[in-house]
Amino acid sequence: MAQSICLIDTDKCMGCRGCQVACKQWNQLPAEQTVFDGSYENPKRFSADTYLRVAFREHDGNDGRVNWYMAKLGCMHCTDAACMQACPAGAIFRSDEGTVNIDEVKCIGCNYCVTACPFQVIGFDRLTNKARKCTFCIDRLENGLQPACAQVCPTGSITFGDRRELIAKAMNRVDQLKAAGKAGANIYGIDEVDGTAMLYVLADNPEKYGLPADPQVPVQTRIWNAIFKPLRLLVVVAVAFGLWANRSQTREIEQGKSSEK
Amino acid sequence: MDLSRRSFLKLAGATAAAATLTGVGLRKASASPSEPLRIKYTKELHTVCTFCGVGCGVICNVRDGVIVNADGDPDHPVNEGTLCSKGSAHYNISYVYDEKGNPKPNPKRLTHVLYRAPGASSYETKDWDWALEEIAKRIKDTRDRTLVETETVNGQQVTVNRTNSICWLGSAFCTDEENYLFHKMARSMGVINVDHCARL
Amino acid sequence: MTNHWNDYQHSDVFMNIGGNTAENHPISMKWIEKARENKNAKLIVVDPRVSRTAAVADLYVPIRPGTNSAYLGGLINYILENELYHKEYVEAYTNATYLIDEGFEFDEQTGLFSGAFDDPVRNATSYDQETWAYQKDEDGNILQDETMEDPNCVMQIMKRYYSKYNLDNVSNVTGAEPEALEESYELFSTTGEPGKAGNILYAMGITQFTHGAQNVRGIAVVQLLLGNMGIAGGGVNAQRGQSNVQGATDMAMLYHIIPGYHPTPQQTQATFQDYRETTTPEDNWWSNRPKYVVSLLKAFYGDNATPANEFGYQWLPKLDGLDHSHIAMYKYMGEGEVEGMICWADNPGVSGPSAGDKRSYQKNLKWFVSVDLFENESASFWQAPGMNPAEIDTEIFILPAAAGYERDGSKANSGRWIQWTWQCQEPPGDAKSDLWIVNELFKKLKGLYEAEGGTVPEPITQMKWDYDNENGEIDIVKVCRDVNGYDTRTGELVTNFVGLQDDGSTACGNWLYSGYYNNYDNPATKNRVREKEGIGSHLGWSFAWPLNRRIVYNRASADLQGNPWNPDVPVVWWDETQERWVGNDVPDIPGTWDLEQSTENPFIMIPEGKGRLFANGFDKVGGLRDCPFPVHYEPADSLFNNLLYPNAVYNPASQRFYEDHTVETDEERERYPYIITTYRIVEHYQSGIVTRNLPWLNEAMPELFIEISEELAEEKGISNGDTVLIESKRLSNNGEQGHIEAKACVTKRFKPMMINGEKTHVVGMPWHWGFKGMSTGSVANDLTPSVGDPNTTIPEYKAFLCDIRRAE
Repeated sequence: MAQSICLIDTDKCMGCRGCQVACKQWNQLPAEQTVFDGSYENPKRFSADTYLRVAFREHDGNDGRVNWYMAKLGCMHCTDAACMQACPAGAIFRSDEGTVNIDEVKCIGCNYCVTACPFQVIGFDRLTNKARKCTFCIDRLENGLQPACAQVCPTGSITFGDRRELIAKAMNRVDQLKAAGKAGANIYGIDEVDGTAMLYVLADNPEKYGLPADPQVPVQTRIWNAIFKPLRLLVVVAVAFGLWANRSQTREIEQGKSSEK
Repeated sequence: MDLSRRSFLKLAGATAAAATLTGVGLRKASASPSEPLRIKYTKELHTVCTFCGVGCGVICNVRDGVIVNADGDPDHPVNEGTLCSKGSAHYNISYVYDEKGNPKPNPKRLTHVLYRAPGASSYETKDWDWALEEIAKRIKDTRDRTLVETETVNGQQVTVNRTNSICWLGSAFCTDEENYLFHKMARSMGVINVDHCARL
Repeated sequence: MTNHWNDYQHSDVFMNIGGNTAENHPISMKWIEKARENKNAKLIVVDPRVSRTAAVADLYVPIRPGTNSAYLGGLINYILENELYHKEYVEAYTNATYLIDEGFEFDEQTGLFSGAFDDPVRNATSYDQETWAYQKDEDGNILQDETMEDPNCVMQIMKRYYSKYNLDNVSNVTGAEPEALEESYELFSTTGEPGKAGNILYAMGITQFTHGAQNVRGIAVVQLLLGNMGIAGGGVNAQRGQSNVQGATDMAMLYHIIPGYHPTPQQTQATFQDYRETTTPEDNWWSNRPKYVVSLLKAFYGDNATPANEFGYQWLPKLDGLDHSHIAMYKYMGEGEVEGMICWADNPGVSGPSAGDKRSYQKNLKWFVSVDLFENESASFWQAPGMNPAEIDTEIFILPAAAGYERDGSKANSGRWIQWTWQCQEPPGDAKSDLWIVNELFKKLKGLYEAEGGTVPEPITQMKWDYDNENGEIDIVKVCRDVNGYDTRTGELVTNFVGLQDDGSTACGNWLYSGYYNNYDNPATKNRVREKEGIGSHLGWSFAWPLNRRIVYNRASADLQGNPWNPDVPVVWWDETQERWVGNDVPDIPGTWDLEQSTENPFIMIPEGKGRLFANGFDKVGGLRDCPFPVHYEPADSLFNNLLYPNAVYNPASQRFYEDHTVETDEERERYPYIITTYRIVEHYQSGIVTRNLPWLNEAMPELFIEISEELAEEKGISNGDTVLIESKRLSNNGEQGHIEAKACVTKRFKPMMINGEKTHVVGMPWHWGFKGMSTGSVANDLTPSVGDPNTTIPEYKAFLCDIRRAE
């Protein structure tokens, strides 16, 4: 479990998206082509080029008022991390900082982590055939810097610090919000998947922010992990071979696609 | 915990792991394990954010005269290292990342003087000397023909030295010194149609 | 801003009205959050829609676009009726006790003040303001009634006219529920208690109206009544939207002023003596004006400016008494009078009102120069949809410019901090800084006049322009020296403006900037010392004009004896032993004044020394063309008659330029039945020509959209993401109706409003798009009217009428 975590206080998020762009800036990620479909939320999903998105969700509140919820979304760096369990190549590991990271050298591009993640935050790069996601700015952490999203956040909606201190702060904030009439205020990420390194203070149900109410490691991932773990090496070779064959096929398809344009 | 760029490399425990992990999870799968933090051997230069009126401090990390990163200045009393989405996007003014994650110059930045002749359907590239000379000639031609030297006001001849035939828009994007010289030059030309985006 | 960003941490209640601080000045929220966290401060947002600021507000009050003055009038009435004003402050520091001429009146039928007449020059109502003046005794002293009971005293006049702004009336006009109004009024009025601080922050949602200046005045009146001026955490905070819009304004990139807020000479001021006499008050700070203007002329013309030639006064152009702001200059262009235009990092083809018309007027130009980072819509107007390049003879020069971080120089932020920005890299290719470009261009022009002569060459050839370094290129330090000011005999930099003279012994390009470059080694503007203890003034960080003062009128932060109203956040105070003002900020009182004089004149820039609840331009300072105190007028394009003054509609003094340009008839109201407002979003900037070329921002906000309530969307059969056509009267030409397009954003954040019992729909859209750049879209300003405020001629972008429908 990570000792240093981020607390995301959604009640302080004003949707400036400093974090969204700072993430791209620091991690040197290209912009994606998006379309406006009626919501401020863009890009719509995570990808190999998008590790962090800001949710914009409108809901009816009390007295005819509207609640416009905004929150930074991204990899939760779970304690019970489905992606780690799903990875046959041992490419996903827990760092000394407690973060969950993908070693792209070891990644064989099987995509299992992408489908296993209960938060759907892992992207897949078709050019390199690698899975990619938020690194918790591990390179910055190791050098005494906070994650780019936390540093950039103007209002303190994203703060980085000691897990215990931030849990206490989160509890305090929930009390404050309840006292201010936000009866549904809650903490998300203490118990979910045995605790996440992205802890949320929410004013309302998690689904209203685009977070799963009860995130779980998929059953098949658990079975896969329990049965095949001892045979990992074999699995890696087998899967890698399978992918190699599969990849050549995919390439042909993609080339076909681009010629259609 | 209070972490900022100022506490750079102070966390000894954290750096111990650097040798094995740095580069992992970064964009290039082939990143060398010993690759230092990408802003480590850069020059830090202070600039003020080019967008709104808050005036946030921005640090540009420059290597070999080229910007490689731009983020909030932790020492700045107003933004204390934070920025919004526009403030975080400065790097894109110079460079954009291609699909492989390699930086390339922003393809839309203007890098040459462009000129469009009357009736033409495209621009042609020109050099500075030609452009400055030609613009100065246009200004002079218009000014010489349209300058009103005197006006009769309440029966009295008054020197007015103005032209209503040239418009001059300065900019809130430009510095104080630039706007000062804009003002000097515009008034020397007799321009009274002066404005900028403060009104818009 | 009278205060500054860090100072927000001291506010008890914030009111963000006519602004959207979370989106357009996001880092302000850092300091608002700090106040909320540390002192349980509250944020009120008054806005037609739930903006991102409203989303995080403690209290949100939706009002119909164009009714800020009614909302603020209601607040003024609430404060007066319930006697919630800061009594000592109002009595001593404002003109509430002053008696106004007995002939003064306001006609509640017509909405006209006394002295109104039809002004043929302005083609609008102007005022002979004789009856707005103070009453005086035989010795010329202004008469006062300290009991504030006299019916002609300002307090009684205000009580009389604002009584109409009760909750029901204001609710009828604005569409806000009376309960919501009262809750917000009550909360903000709590800052009238001595020691409490209320902060009103606004932006173009206050100013961009035909009554914009009066909206600002409404804010000023509220802040004076509650004793919120001059104190920490208080203020009238015009949040400036661009990195150096403050500095560009200070440097007078405006037709009506010259650097340092001096009026541009008029043709009625034939000599410098005339100019001095008509612009200089008898006994006030502005009595120094001749020193500042002579020093400015010395900075302009150097040794060529002498007492014998009126310091070169005649070389400055004189105005003809007409408007020469944005809308007016384009009108002259449309009439064929303008031949050439130079736009420095400006994109009026997107940012101007009725922009489509403006782009077509540009066809009349012989030449057009654009200096920018990217090719913009103004330079490439000839490529706009519907243009035929073959028929357009305008020569276009596009000059490539350096980005903000590719040039050295100073920029003034909204808190008047003049901060230095260092060049980080060379601009790409042939791109150059604007400083380099203007220097080279002027040298070319001067060279032509010196070689060939021409019509009155002196204003150019006599101009002091000696900024080159040994390599023949611009040396910015030489420009800074000019701006800061120097002794013309010794050449030494002046310390600040106090030493400026009107005899030619000093030169100074802008008196307010005097001191910003006070030495060559470590000039004040480059200071980077953060405050360790104190109230967050950060006096060691950069240089704030004037004299490094962070809160203007800060003497008013202390009571009549000179003790801070709020001892927890002392700004300045009277030190008995030293017999002078000291504190955490630079006191806004001349060092020579004693306590009594400073108590009598806490507002030193105003001749009578008091904050003006009633503004009458006493002694040549600060008069307004339209109203001595703000009253409600409708926008020019409005669905409603004036519900408070039945025979008035929009501001009768407003600047109107074109016939048949705004909605006038009931038939037209049916034709354009929806109220529309325009705004900015955090992901883009102004005309968008920079941000629409930044892929990360385009990814976040890829297309132009229009926000429509769920109710209206259902009525019109519009779904999220549909293409919507938007029409306004500006796009109606000889019976043919044009339109612009945007994607639909069907949202709960706009709701229909009940105005005087009528269900009314409001829609809104950002204006950042145009036809050039990586992300393209319609120009929202093609819809907006070219009508302006009587004082500023700021266009009315924030409230007008439209029709919408789904594209088939």
